Amino acid sequence: ENQAIAVMAGKPVLHYSDCRGRMEAVRWLLAAAGVEFEEKFLKTRDDLERLRNDGSLMFQQVPMVEIDGMKLVQTRAILNYIATKYNLYGKDMKERAIIDMYTEGLMDLDEMVLHQPYLPKEEKEGNLAKIKDKSRNRYFPAYEKVLKSHGQDYLVGNKLSRADVYLVKLLYHVEELDPSVLANFPLLKALRTRVSNLPTVKKFLQPGSQRKPLEDEKCVEEVMKAYI
Amino acid sequence: MAGKPVLHYWDARGRMECIRWLLAAAGVEFEEKFIETPADMEKLIKDGRLMFQQVPMVEIDGMTLVQTRAILNYIATKYDLYGKDAKERALIDMYTEGIVDLSEMIKQLVICPPDQREAKISLVKDKTKNRYLSAFEKVLKSHGQDYLVGNRLTRVDIHLLEVLLYVEEFDSSLLDPFPLL
Repeated sequence: ENQAIAVMAGKPVLHYSDCRGRMEAVRWLLAAAGVEFEEKFLKTRDDLERLRNDGSLMFQQVPMVEIDGMKLVQTRAILNYIATKYNLYGKDMKERAIIDMYTEGLMDLDEMVLHQPYLPKEEKEGNLAKIKDKSRNRYFPAYEKVLKSHGQDYLVGNKLSRADVYLVKLLYHVEELDPSVLANFPLLKALRTRVSNLPTVKKFLQPGSQRKPLEDEKCVEEVMKAYI
Repeated sequence: MAGKPVLHYWDARGRMECIRWLLAAAGVEFEEKFIETPADMEKLIKDGRLMFQQVPMVEIDGMTLVQTRAILNYIATKYDLYGKDAKERALIDMYTEGIVDLSEMIKQLVICPPDQREAKISLVKDKTKNRYLSAFEKVLKSHGQDYLVGNRLTRVDIHLLEVLLYVEEFDSSLLDPFPLL
């Protein structure tokens, strides 16, 4: 019934496991935009099969978000729509291009980060080393350089955009895996503080919000149950 | 020099090919600077032109853009191949991302070591038909229109055409059950 009420109230409904995975970026963006959302967690294989048999998943995969009468799958399609709807995608085509370039770089880094808890034991160390190397030597320097180049409070157009939100999410998540990673990036630290103090983000960062913790072994086991 | 986009990549399909397709479909002339030696790549990096030290890179409208999707999104918007509103864009994005996944899956198989190929081939064929091609056939059947979204040509029709040609190269019989595609 929660779902029916949510649909009637116009709230987006997120379908995914009760974990970060690929849906966490969507949760962050909605939260930053101040949009309330419902979640339907997949707990068993049957939950996934039911969605598949309903025809709710265009490619039989989650994330899936019900929003504005659509059942959207594919993380980027979902993020693009939300960013546009809530004005977090720049003011024109050229700002969008820069935002896309920055966001895509972040998503490349996030591919490594979000998989880390789910990797077999023998692959974890290597992947963690890759994350540390790429964060410190490729990605974080690039964004520090952007902030340095214009001296503004946000990455693009002197205004909060989806790129800032995604970057801040990643700054927190990489720091969980590599506690000293931000040592040489003062402007990134300042951006993180600034964004974290925005009322919507501040609320999301508090305990009891819909933000998900770093996956532990138990969580990974439960998630695998729904997919295997 | 006349304001044509300049594409920086190897003389290969790789991640640049979808960009070539989109520009071509939009009727936009473009130049290509091929990376031929490691030194070429070094120079691009040293000159600070590659935000993440990677190609594809496209010089267009005074910007030096990297990241395939950023480039495609800009071109699609500029040449009006990205739908008429946010909802059409959402569908285009959803379909496009599925096409990217299909394309990646086929590419992975091509580069797969021969001893692992056999096992993967049947899985790839199954997913190609039952997860991806059937989904797009269903879209066309559902509205009976000539194009995937909004009853007119958009970027996703171009992306789909491109991947159908790759599927055909891989195994043309996979397309048999899909008359609308």
